[in-house]
Amino acid sequence: MPKKVLVIGSGPIVIGQAAEFDYSGTQGCLALKEEGHEVILVNNNPATIMTDNEIADKVYCEPLTVQSVEAIIKKEKPDAVLAGLGGQTGLNLAVDMNKHGLFAEYDLELLGTSVQSIQQGEDRELFRELMDELKQPVPESEVIASVEEALQFTAEYGYPVISRPAYTLGGRGGGIVDNEEELKELVANGLKASPIGQVIIEKSIAGFKEVEYEVMRDVNGTCISVCNMENFDPVGVHTGDSIVVAPSQTLTDQEYQMLRTAAFTIISALDVIGGCNVQFALDPYSKKYYVIEVNPRVSRSSALASKATGYPIAKMATKLALSYRLDELINPLTGTTYASFEPALDYVVVKFPRWPFDKFSNADRRLGTKMKATGEVMAIDRTLEGAFQKAVASLDQTIPEILEEQFEEHLTKPTDLRYFTIVEMLKQGTTIKEIHDTTAIDLFFLQVIANLVQTEQQLKNQNLDKKLLKTAKVQGFTDKKIAELKRIDEAEVKEKRTRFEVSPSYKMVDTCAAEFEAATNYVYTTYAGTNEIAPLPPNKKALIIGSGPIRIGQGVEFDYSAVKAIQSLQNLGWTTVMINNNPETVSTDYTTADRLYFDPINKEVIESIVEHEGIDLVFTQFGGQTAINIAEELSEAGVPLAGVSVDTIAKLEDREQFYSVLQSIDVPHIPGEMCHTMDEALEAAGSYEYPLLCRPSYVIGGQGMVKVENEQQLIEALRETDERHYPIVLDQFMTGSEAEIDLVADGENVFVPDIMEHLEPAGVHSGDSMALFPSQNLTSEVKKKLTDYAQKIVQKVNYKGLMNIQFLLSDGIVYVLEVNPRASRTVPIISKVSEVSLVDLAVKVLVDEESDALNDTAQPSIQKAAVKFPLFSSHALPELDHKLGANMLSTGEGMCLADTTEEAMAKVFEHLPNLYEAENACLIESEHEVKGKSSDLNFAEWIELKEAKVYMNDGNRQIDSVKRIQALKAGVTVFTQAATFNAYVGSLAYNPYQPTPLPGSKAKECV
Amino acid sequence: MQGFLTLQEGKSFQGEASGTWEKPVEGEVVFFTGMTGYQEVLTDPSYKGQIVVFTYPLIGNYGINEDDFESGYPQVSGVVMMQCAEEAYHYQATTSLKDYLNKWNVPYLTEVDTREVTKAIRSEGTCQAVMAHETINPSDTKLVGQIFQASKSEVETYGNGGQHIAVIDFGYKGSIVDQLQEHGVRVSVVPFTQVQKVHDLQPDGVVLSNGPGDPKDAMKFLSEIKGVLEQYPSLGICLGHQVIALAYGADTKKLAFGHRGANHPVKDVQTGRVFITSQNHNYVVDDMSVADTVLEVSFNHVNDGSVEGLMHPSKPILSAQFHPEANPGPEDALWLFDEFFTSVNHKKGVQVYA
Repeated sequence: MPKKVLVIGSGPIVIGQAAEFDYSGTQGCLALKEEGHEVILVNNNPATIMTDNEIADKVYCEPLTVQSVEAIIKKEKPDAVLAGLGGQTGLNLAVDMNKHGLFAEYDLELLGTSVQSIQQGEDRELFRELMDELKQPVPESEVIASVEEALQFTAEYGYPVISRPAYTLGGRGGGIVDNEEELKELVANGLKASPIGQVIIEKSIAGFKEVEYEVMRDVNGTCISVCNMENFDPVGVHTGDSIVVAPSQTLTDQEYQMLRTAAFTIISALDVIGGCNVQFALDPYSKKYYVIEVNPRVSRSSALASKATGYPIAKMATKLALSYRLDELINPLTGTTYASFEPALDYVVVKFPRWPFDKFSNADRRLGTKMKATGEVMAIDRTLEGAFQKAVASLDQTIPEILEEQFEEHLTKPTDLRYFTIVEMLKQGTTIKEIHDTTAIDLFFLQVIANLVQTEQQLKNQNLDKKLLKTAKVQGFTDKKIAELKRIDEAEVKEKRTRFEVSPSYKMVDTCAAEFEAATNYVYTTYAGTNEIAPLPPNKKALIIGSGPIRIGQGVEFDYSAVKAIQSLQNLGWTTVMINNNPETVSTDYTTADRLYFDPINKEVIESIVEHEGIDLVFTQFGGQTAINIAEELSEAGVPLAGVSVDTIAKLEDREQFYSVLQSIDVPHIPGEMCHTMDEALEAAGSYEYPLLCRPSYVIGGQGMVKVENEQQLIEALRETDERHYPIVLDQFMTGSEAEIDLVADGENVFVPDIMEHLEPAGVHSGDSMALFPSQNLTSEVKKKLTDYAQKIVQKVNYKGLMNIQFLLSDGIVYVLEVNPRASRTVPIISKVSEVSLVDLAVKVLVDEESDALNDTAQPSIQKAAVKFPLFSSHALPELDHKLGANMLSTGEGMCLADTTEEAMAKVFEHLPNLYEAENACLIESEHEVKGKSSDLNFAEWIELKEAKVYMNDGNRQIDSVKRIQALKAGVTVFTQAATFNAYVGSLAYNPYQPTPLPGSKAKECV
Repeated sequence: MQGFLTLQEGKSFQGEASGTWEKPVEGEVVFFTGMTGYQEVLTDPSYKGQIVVFTYPLIGNYGINEDDFESGYPQVSGVVMMQCAEEAYHYQATTSLKDYLNKWNVPYLTEVDTREVTKAIRSEGTCQAVMAHETINPSDTKLVGQIFQASKSEVETYGNGGQHIAVIDFGYKGSIVDQLQEHGVRVSVVPFTQVQKVHDLQPDGVVLSNGPGDPKDAMKFLSEIKGVLEQYPSLGICLGHQVIALAYGADTKKLAFGHRGANHPVKDVQTGRVFITSQNHNYVVDDMSVADTVLEVSFNHVNDGSVEGLMHPSKPILSAQFHPEANPGPEDALWLFDEFFTSVNHKKGVQVYA
């Protein structure tokens, strides 16, 4: 019987919970609809595909809290709830809902794994009891509720110990310590971070192999293991921060099966229905093992396992939750075999984490039990050497130079640079044995890196004959790298390849290692073996370039644009080909495009695919800055790009050219200058008044962008700026407010759905500011000016496609701050709230010269008010001051929708206490006049209180920074801008519990 | 030095030869898609005389150890791989895979696109192949009667438990005896050609082992085997299962390219439960032929519906096409041994108290 199912999403992206839940949620919603159920989705992350009306029947961008969800339940009266696709957030919410009796009160069924089982898997104490019962070994540990108990534990078992707070996300508040002082701080913070005030203290088993299994179980008790994975980094580094290899490489069949059987024993006892992740630590010198953790839900690892094997875990998990049995479900990749089998791989997969340390140079780079990566890349190849190199190439990041005196630190702490340090050390003659002895990394993996180093030496010193070239390509060396080592031109390497007939092949991911015939569209490039992929049937073919790993400034919103572009192109009759390397995303779901190339995004790979498939148009507008950045190279290589020429992009991105464009059309810009060297910058600075805004080129999310108050600060900032980010721009720093526009242009006409207005004053990065859409406080005169300026710019450069323009409003003058010639972060929000798909329009004008799409689209009349808000992963990086400024700090964003801005704002702050009602909940330390009621205590006293929840401090002194960091470490919400704080205080008067679905949600008749 | 694997229909694959081979190696070529377990595969007597292609590209990662052999030496005639690890770093490893194969003079090819070979076997079906320094077409002579070489020539006894199980040997895997011994019993291995000797042992139960090739090679011994089955609680594994079927009048047939690997889903007809099994067979029991016998089908393959197990409605006879002893592969069907011992104990009880 068709049911109405409430699906819980995972909310905005934070470290530890990223795009993988858009992928699993989207699959889950589609699986529900496939079975004829009605899907009501609650998820306040608008930058996702799952919050599209095409995926769910009705979408609520509402807070993910019990009261808020209860309001939705009252309104929608669903029959069932699916929480297992929403990550830790979804699971915790389900447990909470159960605690508040919602399931009983509203007669709701929880699909999939029961609350009791969830608790048994997640509650440390219950879990340990169960493991004892099953005779499954767990590390010596104790659940504690006070610092004293922790000290008793270490008195008995010694250091180091791991602290893991119960019910937290991505190891939030956890860590590994080897002394009493650190232990006290860690445990105190951990107790605060845990919603139930529990921390597990565990004897460290650092150095063991870390192995995980992605397993599934149906109502009939049938279990399968979809994939097992082995961490390159031994136990001690969070699996989200580990380099991971699939399948396991160093385990004998005996060990592999022993752990697999243990995983089945555990999920059977837990009565899991759906997917589950089980993590083990295996002694490298015996068959002794420990169960580390069980996650009775789909997870980051299950997204990785899905992409690594081709087996759609989330989709199948959803069907299992609907009581299907595994042997009833068809394996969609083969179409002939069933879901009740275990994928066999005939390739290897390497996952590399993507860390935010390129943006946060002051953050603590050490890795431990708390996840710090914002995203990840995956690479597929037939050799581990190839897969490692492809993964590194996919990171889209310059690896900083590692000095010899830092080797020890990177290697042993360890830091995010450990892999690269190992490469350097091997180059300098350190043996793999020595590295193994200090790191416990398996010699097998180190040998792989040693092989790469050896080939690199050969490339440097030997003649580049066919054999060496072939070896290098099989091992994943790019033409560019070979050229660099041989000191020849990249074109020459390509020429040699052509002459020696060393060319890329394409192979299929089919879940069954070729045992059965499979017609999949999931392929990867390799130089090991012959080609088995024929070009897609002749048609107009488009290649959409993805945005790679999630990082600060480039999040899931670009995946949204890429996926929407694919859909639009398909609707227009095009054959679509996707290239991307982020395993968490919907764009790398092989069912999204007509063919998926899971590969690094670089010129060499793209050029080969374009040649192989006969691509007509390559789209770089939808993959964020990553895609835009290679447009020039692609254009030079003669690859046909959709939209405007590289010259036009330069006119908008290159400051010098950009300012002259603006001047030619009488559009004001901030006084500023382009500087090619440090000396030039210092000289230029002399002619302006401080403060200045120092802005490097070709960066994501304002990376390296700083406001400098004086010459000394400018010199410091310039010293930290990388060579490749010159020229830098020095702008006059101006006060005022900001607004932005996302538009579609066809060279002449411009379509602007409406204007977005920032809450915080200028100087706060647009990605970190709260924003109102449509704008609430702009006069019609100003609005008109913004759209006029937009039109002028478009017409001047004859722009086609999506464009984002940022404006500064100061003293009645409208300045253009910057233009992004691509899909921007806010495209999904604008599209969803205005009910006009900007991507769809953009695709129409990009593929059809004659398109009248813009004129044919009516100006939307927007009935609702939306507030966009940033999310900061301060739990993962509490050592950073999150004072808002020019450099973007947030990892994700959320949105709330309501009839009025005030109500939407109330939803945004719904999780915070009412400072008028809760004594001592809030402490305000500001020189500005702000609303609200502060505690009378001083900071030191206040921060010790259990009730301390909200801290407002917008000061610029060192002590302010120290206090904010201390507050963050204690798990307190910190406000650093008066405008944001006032909005919070102002919102307290409004009711956040009036669920407002996204416009365009299908109103389904009740049957 | 270059080497080639050439299949029956002339398809040829180039690779790097393990050395200078004196003469071409010919054998039936089969593929194994499991990602671990190469040591068990190479020493499993069911692979006697075959050329094994490992589809997974990285083989030999954990070397060769002293604990995971299925028999005393490599049974295969040749090995085809994409990559074979030079060194073994696993703590149990006593030698690298390369050194092990070289020691036993087992020729092998590396740098072969094993996915392509697998596809070729999939479409061509199991066939003869030649490994040589040139492309040489295989002859038409197929190996027959491998079970006569794979089985031992004398009765051998292991362990000293109270109960006694006889294994009728067609080329048994060491893990079958290991699994029986896990249950604390004495095990005697009896060559199938001397099946009459089972009666001398008066065992508490009988296991018909796996073995290479065509079960019909054992045709001559079927009536004697049936005599044993009728008298003792029995468990047939793989070829042993096929022999039970033949003994009761069912027929066997050859699959296009066999079931090999560690990921075969099998469904228990009674409970509907599915479990993942380890398999290695070219021949199956013809399901149509079972209908005319007293036997009942107890397990089916989920993907192709083929017969995966049989049972006798009134006698304690069980059989499985898959390998409940695992090694390599999942341990999900270990319970079949428990089931077997339940019938052994039950039978014993009947005898004592009747």
